Amino acid sequence: MVETMSGIPLDPTYGDGLQPGEYPYTRGLYPTGYRSKLWTMRMFAGFGTATDTNARFHALLRAGGTGLSTAFDMPTLMGRDSDHEWSVGEVGRAGVAVDTLADMEDLFAGIELDKVTTSMTINGPAAICMAMYIAVAEKSGVGRVHLGGTIQNDILKEYQAQKEYIFPPRPSVRLVTDLIRFTTAEMPRWHPVSISGYHIREAGSTAAQELAFTLANGFAYVEAAIAAGLKVDDFAPRLSFFFNAHSDFFEEIGKFRAARRIWASWMKDRYGATNPKSQMCRFHTQTAGVSLTAQQPENNIARVAVQALSAVLGGTQSLHTDSYDEALALPTEKAARIALRTQQIVAHETGAASVVDPLGGSHFVEWMTDEMERQANEIFDHIDQIGRGSMLEGVYTGIDDGYFVGEIADAAYRFEREVNAGRRIIVGVNEFTENDDDEANLLSIGHATEEMQIKRLDQIRGDRNDDAVRASLAALVEAAGQPDINLMPSIIDAVQTYATEGEIVAALESVFGTYVETAMV
Amino acid sequence: MSETLGISPLSADDQEPLRVVLAKLGFDGHDRGLKVVARTLRDAGMEVIYLGLRQTTDSIVAACEQEDADVIGLSMHNAGHLTLAPRMVQAVEEAGLGVPVVIGGIVPAEDVTVLIEAGVAAVLGPGASTEEVVAAVRAAVAHQSPAR
Repeated sequence: MVETMSGIPLDPTYGDGLQPGEYPYTRGLYPTGYRSKLWTMRMFAGFGTATDTNARFHALLRAGGTGLSTAFDMPTLMGRDSDHEWSVGEVGRAGVAVDTLADMEDLFAGIELDKVTTSMTINGPAAICMAMYIAVAEKSGVGRVHLGGTIQNDILKEYQAQKEYIFPPRPSVRLVTDLIRFTTAEMPRWHPVSISGYHIREAGSTAAQELAFTLANGFAYVEAAIAAGLKVDDFAPRLSFFFNAHSDFFEEIGKFRAARRIWASWMKDRYGATNPKSQMCRFHTQTAGVSLTAQQPENNIARVAVQALSAVLGGTQSLHTDSYDEALALPTEKAARIALRTQQIVAHETGAASVVDPLGGSHFVEWMTDEMERQANEIFDHIDQIGRGSMLEGVYTGIDDGYFVGEIADAAYRFEREVNAGRRIIVGVNEFTENDDDEANLLSIGHATEEMQIKRLDQIRGDRNDDAVRASLAALVEAAGQPDINLMPSIIDAVQTYATEGEIVAALESVFGTYVETAMV
Repeated sequence: MSETLGISPLSADDQEPLRVVLAKLGFDGHDRGLKVVARTLRDAGMEVIYLGLRQTTDSIVAACEQEDADVIGLSMHNAGHLTLAPRMVQAVEEAGLGVPVVIGGIVPAEDVTVLIEAGVAAVLGPGASTEEVVAAVRAAVAHQSPAR
């Protein structure tokens, strides 16, 4: 029996009318909420060489974690090798460096890949990373069918917000749908796309824009997968989402509730999904990195706690809490531990997990949920219109004509002007600024990583069979030229020859081309 | 728009608006801050030449020459500043441009000194106000001018 701190027994849910677990899931996906399963506390990690991050993974697993979440460095995210001229200064800095299958082998050495679930945050080269992960697992005797986890693989928001694109949108979406088709057929435990609003919000959007752009991208992938020949109920149960938890508490909760309602009704009514799992908007949440201040950094612990609570009251399935020092650098171990402890306090001390959708029925929260939906609907109407009845085409058009980046930049500038004019208070930044002289101890990553990584890459290039590499890349180019062929098998073949990520990307670029954004303010 | 900021678009000894090249070097795709800075400087009456993402030191130098720029603003959020910022300064020197380089983004305090010693004119951290950004750009140009 669940009771309050003072011994008052609690039902799993309160109120008449729509219940949690009932379509359209505004009040939550499951009738008993966190009583049956607490959210997953999935903390993102990655730095230096694969061996460095592997040690952090083992430490996390020893501490009781069951899920890993991998951050890659910028060259890896951009599909370039560590010895690319632009990689200088970036190798292993903002995440782990992965050039070849050998690095992926080091990254997951000693980890039972059929026991843990792994999240890989990568988009442009997602198919290549996925292929490497499969190859590592199968080399260690774990078949792909047993692999569980998530790959972000959400390329559309890259053009809109995060800007880690490689190829133009249409061939990139082909790679996304190839991966969806592949995992649907061969990897039933895998989530092939995590449709992400997080980066849209970080780039400056409003809450409603985050909600609407993200769900619109989701609709676009659904349309692309259906066009590629899949049935909606075959793949939609494996789609998942990733939202931001920012500081405006009730607005965020309204956003999460609206997300579930909108996704359910569109999947049912517009795309004909009949499996309830296809209609359920499952999401991961991360607290808002952009809200963290470099000034008086310890104050960020309080911000993160409030944001985490909004995600929990909004019904998130998993949560990453940011570390207080992230406005300054990658987190230290201590800062990351405090961030995890913050989640544990919300989970075990506050009672927030006792009752499902505890704010459901609040006049204000219900109004805010409706308002988020209303604003999102206006945006869907626009995208549908510019796509002439197709959300996929609407998203492509909005990328081409600068709609998304323009809307996001407008919102970011509006916010900045409000802060600057003092109409919006950020504690420690434009108000309450005294005693702003605390210095946080920061994690620093030296140049040794870059030298070691490049040396390792040279060694792999020297040891491998170059003829096999060339043959696999030629086969990949051939397959890429035929839109109906699923590229995953060719990419798996290529990574197994220790072709580098950069070489595989270059092969695909020779067919797909390279995306260059039109610079606009 | 400049009136709302209470700042004159023109510096005291220069009747032409300052010409500012803004760019991101290399892979770093965090362009929220740079776009806000672009609008801020434009609202303060400056001419902004926004190059955007994935620039190289060569492409930035070329833009400075073509646009007769007074100052370069670079945004850095990927912890590559200790490598990339000095390279930019060096590229500007080698081209004989005499244009100051201002950095904005996530730069730990201990690195700021290193960058200034490497020839960076100013470093603007997270939370810098509109006034601070405009003042830093103007001061960078003013300090550079006698040498030109």
